[in-house]
Amino acid sequence: MGILSQPIGVIAEWLRNLFLGWGLSEGLTTVLLYLIGAGVLATLVQVWVIFLIWFERKIIGRFQDRLGPNRVGPYGLLQPFADLIKIITKEVIIPREADKAVYLLGPIIMDAGVLAIWAVIPLMPMVGMDLNVAALYTIAVGAFATLGILMSGWASNNKFALLSAFRTVAQMVSYEVPTVLALLIPVLLAGTMSLQGIVEAQHVWYIVFAPLAFLIYFIASVAEVGRTPFDLLEAESEIVAGFHIEYSGMVFAIFYVGDFLHAFTIGALGAVLFLGGWRGPGAETYPLLGLLYLWIKAFLVYFLVVWARGTLPRVRIDQMMDFSWKFLTPLALILLVVAAVLDHFVMGFGVWGRALSHFAANVVIAVLTLRYLDHQDKVRESKRKMVAQPGQYPVARPPVPVETSTEAAS
Amino acid sequence: MNSWLYIGIFVALSLFFPALLAVLGWFLGPRRPNPVKTDTYECGLETVGETWVQFKIQYYLFALVFLIFDVELVFLYPWAVAYHSLPLYAVAEGVIFIVLLAAALVYAWRKGALTWS
Amino acid sequence: MTAMQIVFILTAVVTLFAAFRVVTTPNMIHAALWLIVALFGVAVFYILLSASFLAVAQVIVYIGAIAILMMFVIMLTRREMRDRGPQTGPQWKWAAILSALLFGGLVWMVESMALPAAPVGDVPESSIADLGKALVSPNGFVIPFEVASVLLLAALIGAVYVAWTRRNS
Repeated sequence: MGILSQPIGVIAEWLRNLFLGWGLSEGLTTVLLYLIGAGVLATLVQVWVIFLIWFERKIIGRFQDRLGPNRVGPYGLLQPFADLIKIITKEVIIPREADKAVYLLGPIIMDAGVLAIWAVIPLMPMVGMDLNVAALYTIAVGAFATLGILMSGWASNNKFALLSAFRTVAQMVSYEVPTVLALLIPVLLAGTMSLQGIVEAQHVWYIVFAPLAFLIYFIASVAEVGRTPFDLLEAESEIVAGFHIEYSGMVFAIFYVGDFLHAFTIGALGAVLFLGGWRGPGAETYPLLGLLYLWIKAFLVYFLVVWARGTLPRVRIDQMMDFSWKFLTPLALILLVVAAVLDHFVMGFGVWGRALSHFAANVVIAVLTLRYLDHQDKVRESKRKMVAQPGQYPVARPPVPVETSTEAAS
Repeated sequence: MNSWLYIGIFVALSLFFPALLAVLGWFLGPRRPNPVKTDTYECGLETVGETWVQFKIQYYLFALVFLIFDVELVFLYPWAVAYHSLPLYAVAEGVIFIVLLAAALVYAWRKGALTWS
Repeated sequence: MTAMQIVFILTAVVTLFAAFRVVTTPNMIHAALWLIVALFGVAVFYILLSASFLAVAQVIVYIGAIAILMMFVIMLTRREMRDRGPQTGPQWKWAAILSALLFGGLVWMVESMALPAAPVGDVPESSIADLGKALVSPNGFVIPFEVASVLLLAALIGAVYVAWTRRNS
């Protein structure tokens, strides 16, 4: 059991022997080990967010044909640190009428809801804790993030914050249904809710099985985070910064950090559920390689999120709700039924046989959906043509006879 | 049980970190409250009227439809986990469940409960 | 005192305190938030009983949907979110005596019951798969399963109907 083939195991054993040698009981040792492991992971993730902020600002800058931060440190790498120092020394202004306890708890609960997802993401093969309801657990902590937003909006004692909080919660809640439906498909294919189990079952990545499910999960998750094109509720021109109007200084920074972390977390979840997680050449023998693969894949999905942000315009709130309830949810339901029925018949075909038959089914559904949308577009177009156009029936009045116009002209 | 212990510790830590940040910000930042700064923000003007929101039934309806679907999805997960060892009629039962739910969605759609006006 | 007992007692105290605060706090939003704490305590109880699926289902449905619905309704329909006046009714002394008697009676009944001393058996790995199989097996719960979906359909129709007439009125 060399350090390379089982890094966490070796370190954990060494620490455990150390603690037992100090005379601590078995139970306390376990608790301490978990505490250290969780602490290291949570800290690393928080520090990673700082790098993410730099990365996103640079990439958005490039999308907008400008350089992004490049003054503070080489390539602007120290920019997020400068921002952090600035925001930590700003005054935290609590509005007079605000409900102080709820006001302060809101961002904490929201950020906790995002951080807690990292407890179940399988970073390496054979490492640690395998929760058997991990897939639903991610949804459950997402509910806390929603709650945190509602609390913050209400506690600010500000009409705009409250209104924006309602709309944000309505948006998050509407997009939770397609998310959970799309999440059901990897669970169905793998036969387990444990994220480590789903990764282990992906001999062929699930994105080949169900590209539509990945698309639905991705779009719905982007909407859950509240990023462009669904960032109606934080847009400066719309409702003036939304539910975090009355937050300044470090408590605002907590929201900011939570937002970026959530975006990367859905990248990590997408990678685990659909892109094979830590799977890759050599990952089983060298678990650290597995971690690297996961990080690369998560980064890829995160890049897609940033790309969407830099490219797409914002959608209106009624368009957003329609998109979720009238497009994504029915599509996800159809996909689920087809996948469930199909998988029963192709279970014996071997891995690639299964994958390709599911892929074919997805393609068929996608083609039918596109044709249906096309048909809807044509229906809408033809309805539009009914409005008055020069020289064409039906118009408001019949065309004027020629004699009248010559009379008027003379 | 061990995995839940780890989860519990992680959740406690994830509550602790933002709280730590908030406390840090509270102490590192200046604290000079004055009446104008602690006023409620309303585009730079004085607030007009009480702080309450007009009752729009959309919020309630969307939350309600979401609740129905949430409960349904919770029923579907055990079915999905047990999927591989289920015979065809059991799969069909699950499909019937989903179809009934889709009917609920279509009903809400046709009745206009899903429009945001 | 095993660790599980400590956790159980802590959770029980927190849950009961939160439930108490739900009914005694004059601010309705605070009451909703205390209710969320109490519901979370119930989820922790499910975890202690090795019912992990029920615990996450509790959080997703109760906290993620029902509590949020309640908060929406409170925030949207109450102009003034504080109760005015005293929190106790005029007959609170009689109510206190009656509930103390009821509590004493229940405690005596539980004490005198012969409860099994053995701990809860080990939950098999495949508990969720077993639950899924039970939900759709004809000897199991398939009828309640399908009836549940009909019930949800009926609930949705009822709610949409009520809200629709309200909107038209």
